[in-house]
Amino acid sequence: MISYFASHYTIIMVMIGTFLVGATAAGIGVFAVLRRQSLLGDAISHAALPGIALMFMYSMSTNPFVLLFGGGIAGCIGAFLVLLITRTTTLKQDALLGIILSVFFGFGVVLKTVIQKKGLANQALLGKFFFGNASTLSSFDIFAIAVMAFFIFCIIFLFWKEFFLISFDPEFAHANGYRVFILEVVLTITTVFAIVIGLHTVGVLLMSALLIAPAAAARQWVSSVSALFWLAIFFGSLACVAGSLISSYVEHLPTGPTIVVCMSLIVIVTFMFAPVRTTGRGEL
Amino acid sequence: MMYLQLQTVGIAVLASIACVLPGIFLVLRGVALMSDAISHAVLLGIAGMFLLVHNLDSPLLLVGASLAGLATVFLTETVIKTRRLKEDAAIGIVFPLFFSCGVILISLFARDVHLDVDMVILGEIAFAPFNRFIFLGYDLGPSALYTLGFNVLLNASFIYFFYKELMLSIFDYDFAYVIGYSPSLLYYGLMGLTSITAVSAFDVVGSIVVVALMITPPATAYLLVNRLESMIWLSIFFSILSSLVGYATAVYCDVSIAGSIATVSGLFFLLVFLFAPVKGLVAQIYYKRQQKKKILQQLQKN
Repeated sequence: MISYFASHYTIIMVMIGTFLVGATAAGIGVFAVLRRQSLLGDAISHAALPGIALMFMYSMSTNPFVLLFGGGIAGCIGAFLVLLITRTTTLKQDALLGIILSVFFGFGVVLKTVIQKKGLANQALLGKFFFGNASTLSSFDIFAIAVMAFFIFCIIFLFWKEFFLISFDPEFAHANGYRVFILEVVLTITTVFAIVIGLHTVGVLLMSALLIAPAAAARQWVSSVSALFWLAIFFGSLACVAGSLISSYVEHLPTGPTIVVCMSLIVIVTFMFAPVRTTGRGEL
Repeated sequence: MMYLQLQTVGIAVLASIACVLPGIFLVLRGVALMSDAISHAVLLGIAGMFLLVHNLDSPLLLVGASLAGLATVFLTETVIKTRRLKEDAAIGIVFPLFFSCGVILISLFARDVHLDVDMVILGEIAFAPFNRFIFLGYDLGPSALYTLGFNVLLNASFIYFFYKELMLSIFDYDFAYVIGYSPSLLYYGLMGLTSITAVSAFDVVGSIVVVALMITPPATAYLLVNRLESMIWLSIFFSILSSLVGYATAVYCDVSIAGSIATVSGLFFLLVFLFAPVKGLVAQIYYKRQQKKKILQQLQKN
């Protein structure tokens, strides 16, 4: 038994790590999809890149807590710029998402060249965040992911009712005396950190798919909120574990894209076989 | 050396103009993120076509890439039409699949050739002038200048000839449909142009900075003017300005040119968002204060 664990240590670590990432992203993704903010996740994950780079240049450490914290702050700044500018101008939100996504990423690329030129590190460090590489996850990385995932789930369960309320009907929530704005801020910050913990594994370019696809598939099968939540988590973690296992067995197969293909297979099967919802009002 | 730098600047400017022209209509139509989806999806077209023809210089790669871009648009629209998902979620599940398949194809079958993923994301504008266009033994300059120049002409003539139709179908889709224009055909035409542009530009600036070049200058111009024609000219102005300033900064600080152009265009947007005369944040706060004062004074008078 012990020798089995020893020889499959990497694989088991990879499975635990991607399971946590997939489950957390899928859980928070339910709210993103219900609020029609799916692509905010895409902007946040790209926006995290300069934060990670700056944090690395400042602290010179590769500690995942430190780097992901930097990424989280940059992600929050990106998300709040999107929300602020959408509220104050007549620009449509998708234009802002595009701007934040590409400009922050461009700035991250600038910082990447600075790091490379100074010969500061293995340039693999930031390149790793483009597509993620689950097989290089250290046990400390996984510990960091587990701690952050734990807090994210605590926040979701603590604000369970409120989060679903503002996802379905923010006006009703407001009329009932809930602080909708503060709840939205809490939800957005939680989303940012759920995205950030996946950057090691899946990478900034594809992280948004892990947020959107599980919820989008689960919504076709069930209609109660708790069923939606748990089914999305099941789909998300299944795709993550399967994808990372396949990619660690096949040489040169990158983790992030493989996970996304597994997730897409679930979506395709869902679209082929899930019952067609006849009530026009319930659609996502 | 000087000559080489001039050529790089020329390529950067042409790339930004080519991108901004379809970008204006994407922003107005509210489908700005289709540019993100397309610029990612073209990777699958390039990778797939490369595996068929095994030649990185073949024009068929461009054809494959454009087809992949159009396929993304079509598939996204199809998913939306099933009414199972809303637009944002539909975009968000279609293009990651295309992009992932592209990355997997490259990393499995095209490892040995010069088609690495970093280049696709980041572009290599600094090397673009070395890829020469040689015709009948004469060196006619970098080939990127020709492809991008052709692209600018193509986009500009599309806008010039379909100006009225584009304007109508953006601002009043239903009316355009009723009087017999075909807004959906125009939409696919626009998306086709976006695909071609994304393909020819991402070679030099990378797939994500393409989004910055397409979306940021039109959004900046949108905050300053209210007429389509002035928005077009102002967008072009901002795109040229950000590519020049971005290039100069990149050379001065010795950093990534494409990344620097994107960053500079973002800074222009931020400045305009803060200080635009009417729609800017400062102006809005000022007007609100003034209004409050006025109302208070009137109340006191009464």
